[in-house]
Amino acid sequence: MQFMLLFSRQGKLRLQKWYVPLSDKERKKISRDLVQTILARKPKMCSFLEWRDLKIVYKRYASLYFCCAVEDQDNELITLEIIHRYVELLDKYFGSVCELDIIFNFEKAYFILDEFLLGGEAQETSKKNVLKAIEQADLLQEVHSVLLQFSAL
Amino acid sequence: MPAVSKGDGMRGLAVFISDIRNCKSKEAEIKRINKELANIRSKFKGDKALDGYSKKKYVCKLLFIFLLGHDIDFGHMEAVNLLSSNKYTEKQIGYLFISVLVNSNSDLIRLINNAIKNDLASRNPTFMNLALHCIANVGSREMAEAFASEIPRILVAGDTMDSVKQSAALCLLRLNRTSPDLVPMGEWTARVVHLLNDQHLGVVTAATSLITTLAQKNPDDFKTSVSLAVARLSRIVTSASIDLQDYTYYFVAAPWLSVKLLRLLQCYPPPEDAALRSRLTECLETILNKAQEPPKSKKVQHSNAKNAVLFEAIALIIHHDSEPTLLVRACNQLGQFLQHRETNLRYLALESMCTLASSEFSHEAVKTHMETVINALKVSLPQFGSRDVSVRQRAVDLLYAMCDRSNAKQIVAEMLSYLETADYSIREEIVLKVAILAEKYAVDYTWYVDTILNLIRIAGDYVSEEVWYRVIQIVINRDDVQGYAAKTVFEALQAPACHENLVKVGGYILGEFGNLIAGDSRSSPLVQFNLLHSKFHLCSVPTRALLLSAYIKFINLFPEVKATIQDVLRSDSQLRNADVELQQRAVEYLRLSCIASTDILATVLEEMPPFPERESSILAKLKKKKGPGKLPDMDDSRRSVNGNTEHINNRTSCADERAARRSAVNRFIGESRDSILAGGCSSHLHLFSFCFLVSVFQSSTHSFTDVLNLNSAPSSGANLLIDVFSESSASPAATEVSEENFPRFVCKNNGVIYENQLLQIGLKSEYRQNLGRMYVFYGNKTSTQFLSFSSSAVDPVIEGGAQMQQILNIECVSDFSDAPVLNIQFRYGGALQNIAVKLPVMLNKFFQPTEMTSQDFFQRWKQLGAPQQEVQKIFKAKHSMDTEVAKAKILGFGVALLDGVDPNPANFVGAGVVHTKSTQVGCLLRLEPNMQAQMYRLTLRTSRDSVSQRLCELLSEQF
Repeated sequence: MQFMLLFSRQGKLRLQKWYVPLSDKERKKISRDLVQTILARKPKMCSFLEWRDLKIVYKRYASLYFCCAVEDQDNELITLEIIHRYVELLDKYFGSVCELDIIFNFEKAYFILDEFLLGGEAQETSKKNVLKAIEQADLLQEVHSVLLQFSAL
Repeated sequence: MPAVSKGDGMRGLAVFISDIRNCKSKEAEIKRINKELANIRSKFKGDKALDGYSKKKYVCKLLFIFLLGHDIDFGHMEAVNLLSSNKYTEKQIGYLFISVLVNSNSDLIRLINNAIKNDLASRNPTFMNLALHCIANVGSREMAEAFASEIPRILVAGDTMDSVKQSAALCLLRLNRTSPDLVPMGEWTARVVHLLNDQHLGVVTAATSLITTLAQKNPDDFKTSVSLAVARLSRIVTSASIDLQDYTYYFVAAPWLSVKLLRLLQCYPPPEDAALRSRLTECLETILNKAQEPPKSKKVQHSNAKNAVLFEAIALIIHHDSEPTLLVRACNQLGQFLQHRETNLRYLALESMCTLASSEFSHEAVKTHMETVINALKVSLPQFGSRDVSVRQRAVDLLYAMCDRSNAKQIVAEMLSYLETADYSIREEIVLKVAILAEKYAVDYTWYVDTILNLIRIAGDYVSEEVWYRVIQIVINRDDVQGYAAKTVFEALQAPACHENLVKVGGYILGEFGNLIAGDSRSSPLVQFNLLHSKFHLCSVPTRALLLSAYIKFINLFPEVKATIQDVLRSDSQLRNADVELQQRAVEYLRLSCIASTDILATVLEEMPPFPERESSILAKLKKKKGPGKLPDMDDSRRSVNGNTEHINNRTSCADERAARRSAVNRFIGESRDSILAGGCSSHLHLFSFCFLVSVFQSSTHSFTDVLNLNSAPSSGANLLIDVFSESSASPAATEVSEENFPRFVCKNNGVIYENQLLQIGLKSEYRQNLGRMYVFYGNKTSTQFLSFSSSAVDPVIEGGAQMQQILNIECVSDFSDAPVLNIQFRYGGALQNIAVKLPVMLNKFFQPTEMTSQDFFQRWKQLGAPQQEVQKIFKAKHSMDTEVAKAKILGFGVALLDGVDPNPANFVGAGVVHTKSTQVGCLLRLEPNMQAQMYRLTLRTSRDSVSQRLCELLSEQF
């Protein structure tokens, strides 16, 4: 996978993850072009499209579009399910996730993504294992905040 | 599950985000952001040391601002500080900031690498993972240098935690993609393969991706992965859906892993070991069988995951291209999907079937689905037709791929009828496809002529001139169709509004063959002339010029209309036309018709001689470079992986159908122009006809020699073209290409490129920006004639001892690495000689030198700092290390030599811009000689990695 973008129906980027080196300018241009292209598509259309040399796989969940760019040889359907699994992970973590969760806790959205995908490839596809890793991290910070409270006493 | 707001909530951040969301306008947002930036800056600069929490909060705010699309130019140092915090969340935010906002500021990179090193050594898996994620996310060259040898150790160490192994595997994959030269192969590679046997499916999933990437580059080193992958796959596909617990996804066992394993197997040919092969065949059969079973869930996720595996299995079957039963089963399965209500499945089935169509085993099976595919084009039948243009586009591709002699008429007819309503975005492509198919499969050329005229009628605007050039070539070459063509264009021209392209074809054909229908009083010479002339005033200048030439041809064909035509030529609107080309033609033609005797007229205006059948293969042989954005070398490695190049080519030519589709356009264009002009050149007896031709096709001031389009499409495009055009002429591909003298031309433009006992080929070339002209001199060293001499476009006879000249016009369309090959064929004595010479057309020929000051140079040097933009090579001097010679070579290479830029006067620094039609690529280079070691170090930076790479290869060979 070359990159993943999350954006709202209004075209606002909510998350961007790049797995290939691109300059800031190129990233902005790509995001702008793609957001426009996808928003212009009708609901019943196919979830895949050719775009430059890449295949774009996208799906809409409520007000958010999830969009992945994969290479020519990559499997479109499994990419579609990568998107779905990521949505499931967010959903489980936030408890029925909505766009606001991702806006206000964007750093968490990135952490979860890193546990699931790395270097553009699926790292861990088990929902349990991904969430376990995130939970452990959260526990670490809770311990810290508990300790902080103690030291404040 | 921990509630999100707990513990780590950064209230300040949440407040800031709400503020931004409440901004009513862009201006308000920017104002709020600037306020925040000022606040953060003062906090960072303040005397009071910030605690970890505040630092984290501010860094996080900066990150948020950056992700909104604003520039951030500070805070990096604070983020780096967070990396060494022992509080997990602070470290985590630090790493996130670094991952998103990398900056190749060297001081910081050192600090970052240091922090990463500490975390990798910490033996705390959570910290190690954070560090590995960061390396994988940044993937810069500096990081590869620092960690590429460390990570393999972590990956294969016995005591590494599973989750760390997973991160390490994919981290290595990323480094291998960005800096393959820095990832050392070694003893660890054998152990990595055994991760396919790991108990933890997550580890296997990550490792499979890594192994696939490595195997694409070094297939031999990873051969053992085949049997392990088959074994693993077999266990997955035969497992019950609950066996794999959390790796089962909507009742499908480990779909991601299955897809990855199938992908890995596509790096190799079918296993030779019979037992292994049959085990794999069983797996593939099981996957195909499962597709027929009733779904275990109605959820789309279930069917997607199941079909993802199925499509990947089919891709493997097509890749192997060796099991007819599997191929036909795959085809039937895809056939079912063609009518599926899911648009996605229809789209993928069409795409996949395109590749199946080119396998000899399944071509016939694919053809059985023609009706269904045709229906997909019918927008008016909602139950069949797809409302999605991309699906229809795929259907057109598939029809094109399945077309052969047996179904060509029907397919062409369907494409033509679809063309009437087709989306504008794909019309031009359909036009080309129809034109190619109609020519390729024409048995009866009246059908071909009808088809092209229909194309012009339906989509005249999308018919490029190359398409109509081609129809004229064919009509001229086939006397059985000339009368029919004349009659048909005459009828078509009667339409009150006809496309200008039709006027061109009509003018040309009636000018040549109007006499064949002149017997009929309804199309008598005068009627023909009046018909053509009625369109004259509506046409553009080039078309009018063509019509004027048709008129002079009429004067020769039909003496009875001579007076009428002379009147027209004599009118002020012609003789005093503001356009110089039209005026000149009118004057000259009028004069010619007045003074020349009938005999002379008849000779000068004789019918066009046949065009030679396709002979130029220069274009077809120009291998095109990959477009941007693709993994480099992907195709090449696939090719070398497999012993059987032929079937790989087959596969890539289909897999790249998309790219080929585009390149077919260019190629078709290039080829037809090439041959139409070549035709003109070889007919030097018909001097006037020749000029006529030239002035018809390009205004006469233009050059008429070959146009070498150094364009860039994948090699599969070339295959496609050969498919299309190779039928009539034997392919000269067998000759070995001479490139012995090629390197000598890198830094100079003139010299002898080829010489044997018979023939000497000399070159003189000149380049300006993206254009070049090459004079090729063929010297006959013997005392006897060379007969049937052909090299794209030269005189067929070269006298003994004589020299003959050919001019090639060159245009660099985009950056490239393969040079064009000139194929030469001639007869000496009785024997046919075949020579192929690689022409020294290299990327550096399109350099324009750029002078700049030292300050500018270093500023640009810094801007081109991304790792893939720089290419460096250290090499031993092959010649004596003379400063003046080196200077001359660098100048000859095409860049400007910059004095006083490098602090070390022994070093050479150069700058230039490579011009291509589409872009210009700036290039900076530095050559550092080391006299003692007799070595050079060459460093090149350009904005495009392929350019850096190619220029470095070229120049480093010169010293």
